Amino acid sequence: MKELALELKHITKTFGSVVANHDVSLDVYKGEILAILGENGCGKTTLMNMIAGIYFPDEGEVIVNGEPVIIRSPKDAFRYKIGMVHQHFKLVDIFTAGENIVLGDASKERFNLNEVNNRVAEITAKYGFSIDPKKKIYEMSVSEKQTVEIIKVLYRNADILILDEPTAVLTPQETRNLFEVLKKMRADGKSIIIITHKLHEVLEISDRVAVLRKGEHIATVDTKDATENSLTEMMVGQKVSLNIERTEPVNSVVRLKVDNLSATDDEGLKVLDNISFEARSGEILGIAGIAGSGQRELLEAIAGLYPLNEGDIIYNNPKTGDTVDLRDKTPLQIRNLGVRLSFVPEDRLGMGLVGNMNITDNMMLRSYRRGKSFFVDRARPKALATEIIDSLQVNTPGVGTAVRKLSGGNVQKVLVGREIAAAPTVLMVAYPVRGLDINSSYTIYNLLNKQKENGVSVIFVGEDLDVLLELCDRIVVINSGRITGICDGRTVTKEEVGLLMTKSHTNHKEVSHE
Amino acid sequence: MSILNYLLSSFSIGIIFLLGATGEIVTEKVGHLNLGIPGVMSVGAAGGCVVLQLMYGHNIPGFIIVTVSLLACFISGGLMGLLYSFLTVSLHSNQNVTGLALTTFGVGITKFIMSRLTRIGAHEYLYALEYFRAPFSNMTNSLKYCGVMTFLALAVALYASYFLYRTRSGLNLRAIGESAATADAVGINVTAYKYIATVIGSGIAGLGGLYYIMDYAGSQEAYLSIEALGWLSVALVIFSLWKPHICILGSFVFGLLYIANAYASSILGIQLPMAMTPLIKLLPYVFTIVVLILTSIRKKRENQPPAGLGITYFREER
Amino acid sequence: MSKQHIEKEPLFHITKREDLPLMYRAGIRTAAIVLAVIVCMILSMILIGINPFKMLGSMFAGSFGTKRRIWKFAKDLAVLLCISLAVTPAFRMKFWNIGAEGQSLIGALASVACIIGLGGKIPNWLLLIIMLLSSVVIGAVWGVIPAICKALWNTNETLFTLMMNYIATFIVSYFLMLWTPSGSSTLGMLNFGYLPKLGHDYFLLILVVAILTIGLYVYLNYSKHGYEISVVGESQKTALYIGINVKKVIIRTMTISGALCGLAGFLIVSALDHSVTTATIGGQGFTAIMVSWLAKFDPIKMALTSFLITFLDQGASQISTDFNIDSAFPSVIVGIIIFFIIGCEFFINYKINFRHKAAKEA
Repeated sequence: MKELALELKHITKTFGSVVANHDVSLDVYKGEILAILGENGCGKTTLMNMIAGIYFPDEGEVIVNGEPVIIRSPKDAFRYKIGMVHQHFKLVDIFTAGENIVLGDASKERFNLNEVNNRVAEITAKYGFSIDPKKKIYEMSVSEKQTVEIIKVLYRNADILILDEPTAVLTPQETRNLFEVLKKMRADGKSIIIITHKLHEVLEISDRVAVLRKGEHIATVDTKDATENSLTEMMVGQKVSLNIERTEPVNSVVRLKVDNLSATDDEGLKVLDNISFEARSGEILGIAGIAGSGQRELLEAIAGLYPLNEGDIIYNNPKTGDTVDLRDKTPLQIRNLGVRLSFVPEDRLGMGLVGNMNITDNMMLRSYRRGKSFFVDRARPKALATEIIDSLQVNTPGVGTAVRKLSGGNVQKVLVGREIAAAPTVLMVAYPVRGLDINSSYTIYNLLNKQKENGVSVIFVGEDLDVLLELCDRIVVINSGRITGICDGRTVTKEEVGLLMTKSHTNHKEVSHE
Repeated sequence: MSILNYLLSSFSIGIIFLLGATGEIVTEKVGHLNLGIPGVMSVGAAGGCVVLQLMYGHNIPGFIIVTVSLLACFISGGLMGLLYSFLTVSLHSNQNVTGLALTTFGVGITKFIMSRLTRIGAHEYLYALEYFRAPFSNMTNSLKYCGVMTFLALAVALYASYFLYRTRSGLNLRAIGESAATADAVGINVTAYKYIATVIGSGIAGLGGLYYIMDYAGSQEAYLSIEALGWLSVALVIFSLWKPHICILGSFVFGLLYIANAYASSILGIQLPMAMTPLIKLLPYVFTIVVLILTSIRKKRENQPPAGLGITYFREER
Repeated sequence: MSKQHIEKEPLFHITKREDLPLMYRAGIRTAAIVLAVIVCMILSMILIGINPFKMLGSMFAGSFGTKRRIWKFAKDLAVLLCISLAVTPAFRMKFWNIGAEGQSLIGALASVACIIGLGGKIPNWLLLIIMLLSSVVIGAVWGVIPAICKALWNTNETLFTLMMNYIATFIVSYFLMLWTPSGSSTLGMLNFGYLPKLGHDYFLLILVVAILTIGLYVYLNYSKHGYEISVVGESQKTALYIGINVKKVIIRTMTISGALCGLAGFLIVSALDHSVTTATIGGQGFTAIMVSWLAKFDPIKMALTSFLITFLDQGASQISTDFNIDSAFPSVIVGIIIFFIIGCEFFINYKINFRHKAAKEA
C-alpha cells in the first residue's frame, strides 16, 4: 500500500459571502499524480492556494506525512516540501532564471550564481527539460517561464508539487514534454497534483482524479476506472443534455469579412496569423480553440483595441449598403462610422464593466457621450438598468449597487444586457458563460439566439465544445493564432473539432510555407 | 587651488545627498516610496545633536562621542522609518500621504528640539566638530569637510550596492520591490523585509542630516536647511537609476551644481550675478527630470523604478 | 524559528471588509481623533509641562476665540480647500499629482509679475483679469508638462511633479532677486491688484472657493468629463474599450488641476499676501494631498477635512502662543493627529479576525 503524503480534512474557505470551498476532504499518496478536475470557478485553485500558504482556511485541517500542520505562508509550505506552480507565473521579470530559482531559498547568505546554475543543470538533466539560467524572464516564452517555475519548486526539494492548469498555455508538443517530466517525477516518488479541466489530459497522465463541483468535493476515483463520460457527469452533476435551441439562419448575408489578419504581441511573437473568415447576419459563428490561441486578440482587433500588422476588416452596413474597413480605427471611430458593433469581453470587471461603479453608471459606459450637453444624462441609463434587472432577473438590491458586489452571473447579465441594448448588428461575446451556473448560462444562450433571430451576426468565443456544437451554425477553429478549420456546427463532431484545436505545430509550418 | 577646493567641496556637500539617497534607495527597492526622507534626515540630525549635547563636558574620548552620536542619529532616523512602515506596511496607508505627513512632522519636531537646544543657552554640540572632521580638522581648505562620516558614507553606499546585487537578502529585497506577490509566493517574509529595509534605510538617511550639521555646515542654523537637501536626495535616487554605486557619482554632480555659484568667479573668472544662484541650484532637479523622462522613453527594463513602488501589498487581495 | 512556534495558528489574520455602515466609519474616525488629541495632551504635559485642559481650551480659542480669529480660520480653510480641490481631479484619475505646491507657487509668481509689470498702468479690474489669466495659464503649464510625459511615455508622475515643485521654488527666488536690487529678496506688500472687498477682506476669497467647491462637485459627478475621469481612474482597459482617449483625458485633467492650483496662487496674492516668497504656499500643497485623500476625493467632504486640518493647525498655533512654546510645536501636534487619522482608515477598510480555533478546542 502506498504512503499518504498529504491529507486535507473538512476544509472550508469563504470570501465575504462567497463560499469558495465547503467541507473538502482529500488525500494524496506518494509517487502518484492526482488530477483535480472541475469547471472554471469550482474552487480548485482556492483549495490549492490554501495548501501553498497563499490563503488560510477558515476551517479544517491539513496533514502532511501524518502530522497535522499549519500553513500560514508559502514559506511554511516549503518547509513541508510543498511547492506550487501558479497559473499566472510568479516570477520577477527583470531577474534571470537563476535568480528567480534561488529566490527565497533560505540557505547561506552569500550565494554564487554559478553554483545555482550547476544545481539547475543537475535538476534539468534528471527530469529532462532544458533552460538557460542566465536568461532574463522578460525575454522568455511562456513555456520557458513555466519551466523556471517548476525548477524553482524542485530546487527547494519539494515532494508535493501543485500545478495549476499547466497545459493551458502550452502547445501540444510542450504538453507532451511536460507530461514526460511529470512521469519522471512520479517515478522519483514525488506527489503531483495537477489542476485541469481537460479530460483527455486527466485520463492520460493521472493515477487518480478528484472532482470538485461548486466548491465541494464530489468524489475521488482511480483514473483507470474513469471515462470521459463518467468524469463529465461528476463535474457537471447529473448528465445534462444541453438541448440548446438552434434555428436555421434566415436571409443570411455577409456582415463582416475578416481578411488576412496578422498581429504580433509585445514580445514580437505572432498571435494572429493570416486569419480570414466571414461572419453572416442571422447566424452564430463559434470560435473554438484552446485558451490563449489568439481568441482575445482576434476580437479585440475587430473592436479596434489591438493593433494589426496586416489584413482588413470589412463591414457591410445593412442600412446604407456601404462597406467600410475597420482596420486601424479606434472604438470611437468605429462607432462614429455607424457600425453597430457590441463586444462582451472576457475580462468582465476589468474591461467590460467598472467594478466600483453602480449599475446605472455602467449602463452608460458606451452611451454617455449621447447629446450635446456638457453633462451626462443619467435618466436613460437608469431606465435601461431597471429594465435589464427586470427582464434578465438580475439579483441586486437596486440600480445603485456597485457591480463588483454582484455575483458572476449577475455581472454577466448586466454586461450582456447592456451590449444587446445597443441594438448591435455584430455582437461579439467571449466566454460569456464562464463561471455561470446552469440557469444563467441558458439565459445567455437564449439571449444570443434571440439576437440571431433578429438578424444580428453573433460571434461566440467558447471553451465548452458541447455548447459550441449545439449553439453555433458554423465554427471557426483556431490554433496558435491560425485558422485550422471552419466547420458546419450541425454536422461536425466533437472529435473533429478537438483534433483541429490540438493539431501539432509542424503541420502549420508546412502550410505557412506554401 | 580653488578648483581643487571646488571639487572637494562639491564632493563633501554631495555626501549628504549620498547618505539620503542611499537610504531612500534601500527603501524604494523594497517598494516603498518614502517621501518622508527630508523629515527623517532632520530627525536623525536632531537625535545626534541631542546626544552630543548630553555628552558635552564629560571628558569623553572623541571616537566614543562620534560613535555614540552616530548610533543615536541612526536610531532616531530608524524610529521615523518604523513609524512610516507601521503605517504603510501594517496599516496599509497610502505611501505618498504618509510620507508627506512624516516630512511635516519630522521637520517640525526637529525645529522644536533644535531650537530648545539653542534656547537652553547652548549649541555646545558643535564642540564635536573637530572629532567629526578628523583626521583633517586642522585643515583650512575644503579638505576639512572630508571627515569620518565621508568615508562612512562611501562605505555605506558601496556596501548597499554589494548587498542589493550580490547577496541573497539583497536579491529577496529587490524581488519584493518588483513584485511582492512573487516574493511572498516563494516564502520570503515580505512584511519583515519591508520593515527592516525601511528602518535601516531611514537610519542611513538620518546620518545624512547629522553629517550636514556636524561636518559640512558646522553651524547652529544648519538644521533649517536639511529639508531642502532631503528633497535633493529624493531626486538623486532617480538620477542614479536606483543604484547606490551610481549615487556616488551622482552626489558629486549634484554637489558641483549646488555650490557652483560660489566658485564661479574664482575659477572661471566670471562674475555671475547673484540672481543666477537659484537658476544654477535648480539644475539638479532639471537633470533629474531629464533622466526620468529619458529612462521612460528608452524603457530599458533594468533602469525603471521598482515595479511595485508605491503599491501596498495585501496577500488576500482578490 | 522553533518548530513549536510554527505549529501555532496565526494569532490573527486580516481580511478586507465590505462597506461599513456610516455610523461605524464616523465612530472609528472620531475615536482616532479623540485618541490622538489625548496622546498630544499627555505628550505636551510631559514634555513642556502644560495643563492639558487649558491646552484644549486654547485650541478651540485659536480658531473661534475672537471674530478676527474666525475670519482668519475661514480664510485659511478657504486657501487649503482651494488647493485640495485643485489636486482632486488628478487624484480621481489615479494620477498622483504631488506638485500642487509648485503649481500654486508659480501661479502666485505670475500674479505678482503682472502687478510689478502693469500695476498702476492699467485699471485695477483689468490688472486682476490679466493676473488671473496668467496665473491660471502658468499653473496649467506646470501641471500639464508631467501629464504629457505620462501620456506619451508613462513617465512616473509622482516623482516628476515632485521635482517640478523645487524648480518653481528656485524660479521664484530668481525673480525675487531680480526684483529686489538691494539683494534682500523680500518684496514687501505690493500696492496694486487687490481683490475687491465685499463686506470683509476675505469675503470674496471665501465666496470664490465655495463656488469652486460646488462647481467641482458638479463637474466630477455630473459632467461627461468627470465621468471619463472616473473611468480612466478605475480602469484604463475599460476606458480604451469604450473609446475614451486616455491620453487626452490625462492631459486635459492635469491642465484643469494645474489651472486650479494657479487660481489658488492668484487668490493668495490678490486677496491675502499681495506679495510672493518661496514660502507663500508654505507646504499647503502637500497638506492638500492629505485633505483630498482623507475626503476620498469628494469635494463636499473635503470642506470637512480641510476644516479639521485648519482647526488643528490654528489650535496648535494658539497653544504655542498661549504657552510661549516655539512655533515649531504646532506641526508636531498636527503631525501626530494626522498619523492617527491616516492609520484609522485601516480599521475601516479591513477586519481583524482573531484566532478562534483555540476556543473551539477548549
